[in-house]
Amino acid sequence: MDGLDRAIINALQGGFPISERPFADAASELGIDQTELIGRLSRLVDDGVLSRFGPLFNAERMGGAATLAAMSVPKADFDRVAAIVNARPEVAHNYERNHRLNMWFVLTTDCAEATAPVVQAIEAETGLSVLVMPKIAEYRLDLRLEA
Amino acid sequence: MTGAVPILDVADRRLIRATQGGLPLVPRPYDAVARAAAVPAADAIRRLRRMLELGIIRRIGAVPNHYALGYRHNGMSVWDVPDDEVDALGAMVARFDFVSHCYRRPRHPLAWPYNLFAMVHGRDRAEVDGKVAAIADRLGASVRGRDVLYSVRILKKTGLRLGG
Repeated sequence: MDGLDRAIINALQGGFPISERPFADAASELGIDQTELIGRLSRLVDDGVLSRFGPLFNAERMGGAATLAAMSVPKADFDRVAAIVNARPEVAHNYERNHRLNMWFVLTTDCAEATAPVVQAIEAETGLSVLVMPKIAEYRLDLRLEA
Repeated sequence: MTGAVPILDVADRRLIRATQGGLPLVPRPYDAVARAAAVPAADAIRRLRRMLELGIIRRIGAVPNHYALGYRHNGMSVWDVPDDEVDALGAMVARFDFVSHCYRRPRHPLAWPYNLFAMVHGRDRAEVDGKVAAIADRLGASVRGRDVLYSVRILKKTGLRLGG
């Protein structure tokens, strides 16, 4: 990653235009040409520096929900349980953490009623209980990171 | 939550499905998205702009992998504060630029005493601990209990995926 890659990541964590030729528009803001911008973004995605390039959706504004959930998974059973949890398309991300509750994942659905059946299915399939921690209030959400 | 839920029709949902994994990195990405969603190109642009205005799309752009940018340490700091103070305390924590998420969540009797969550990121463990200490300073005497859950590894990270 060089200085231009960092400048692109810092400038484009939002505000990408919805227009006929958005890469040309964004590139001119950065003082480069479209081919260079597309080439660098493709490489950053291929290299895994970017998870993706595109829209971030707010499930709640669609009538859905994003719910944090936690499980206490025995070490010997961890990989089996992770595979069951990760296989659900509703699981947007999943982290192992250093706590008795060692698996933390977010269930994202486009319909709030869809969360409970997924939790029940995960409990039935894993044989473990899931602690559900829906958001009661949001004080801050800003996922931008300086590259 | 605020306000009525905006209506999404079948074409909107097809556009969400066509873009949720990322935009095609080509000069006219929305034309490609429109073809994939089987809607006219001008209609795709109009619908995506509406979803952005309504906040259904938070923003469009680069979604960095924290690890790849060197932010290998993330700490979910969790705090037990009085319920009648949590909104005011959450608003104070939210003023820290380094806090990426700050939410109130329910306690669970016996299993989970914490009601305020604040996520921080760092290039090393000490950076995370320093940020958590700053949060503790700001919360002051209202804190009855606290913990920090550090990430050990990412098991999955895809973002929203609509089914069907």
